[in-house]
Amino acid sequence: MSIRYAFKRSLPVMAGYLVLGMGFGILLEAKGYSVVWAFVMSVFIYAGSMQYVAVDLLAGGASLISAALMTLMVNARHLFYGISMIDRYKDMGAKKPYLVFALTDETYSLVCSGDVPEGVDQKKYFFWVSLMNQSYWVIGSTAGALIGSLLVFNTAGIDFSMTALFIVVFVEQWKSAENHLSAVIGVTVSVICLLIFGPDSFLIPSMIAIAAVLTALRKILDKKEDGEGNENE
Amino acid sequence: MSELHSALMVAVIALVTLLLRSLPFMVFGGKRKTPAFITYLSNVLPYAIMGMLVVYCLRGTKLLAAPHGLPELIACMAVVLLHLWKRNTLLSIALGTMLYMFLVQAIF
Repeated sequence: MSIRYAFKRSLPVMAGYLVLGMGFGILLEAKGYSVVWAFVMSVFIYAGSMQYVAVDLLAGGASLISAALMTLMVNARHLFYGISMIDRYKDMGAKKPYLVFALTDETYSLVCSGDVPEGVDQKKYFFWVSLMNQSYWVIGSTAGALIGSLLVFNTAGIDFSMTALFIVVFVEQWKSAENHLSAVIGVTVSVICLLIFGPDSFLIPSMIAIAAVLTALRKILDKKEDGEGNENE
Repeated sequence: MSELHSALMVAVIALVTLLLRSLPFMVFGGKRKTPAFITYLSNVLPYAIMGMLVVYCLRGTKLLAAPHGLPELIACMAVVLLHLWKRNTLLSIALGTMLYMFLVQAIF
């Protein structure tokens, strides 16, 4: 029951991860790294956008220090995912280390609301959806590295699947929330930061500004989100 | 670049990523009760972060040069409307992506 529900919820991620994973595998293979590299990176790093950046770093012979700094910048948003999952992952026992490791953007989008239908074990759901998502990513990137050079159809624009996934989750959250202020703040602050800092470096300022604004508005938001948050638990 | 340097770089990226993912749990995840402020943030952040991620996905859109972000705008509107109408996640993503691919490959 829990496995079937996890599989159903993970289907959109399957589509996105197989495609984006293949894109990563193709790219890495084109830079002269064999399929083993794609497999190892997807098993141990397992961070989509960072792995794309890593292809550039590897091919360009960047230093280890700059690779570490780049990873800090690109993946700093995971701090925020962790913060919002502390309570939900609290009693996960032996599964917890893997859940923490596998908390990608897409997995986060499937576990952050925390709500599951009756009869579904929330802990099992968290675990299976995490594991399934990573297996899609590993399969996609490995397959991409293997068959990359054989692809002939025009894939331009296919990465929009990830954008569409986030939009869908955004709409779902919008409909489930009574107060839309937090969602509006997220979009508005990000757009302002994008205009000020540019596409390559707006993510960190956005996160800091969002945290600051949400902190400043705690008096207004805390009560309203409270009741709604408890229902979701 | 040498194989060893490449392998070390993959290890460094994996470790830093793991550190970022586990840090919040190490700091706040113990037996102690989570501070009320962190609980508050964990309740409101998901909504804001998802909005930020949508902006992040669209960060490369060039509004000043043709086609002025029109394919992105049309495809995003289509995903939102389709999803409000059918509430079918897979359908919204699949049709939205196909529409976007069609727009960037054949129209613009």
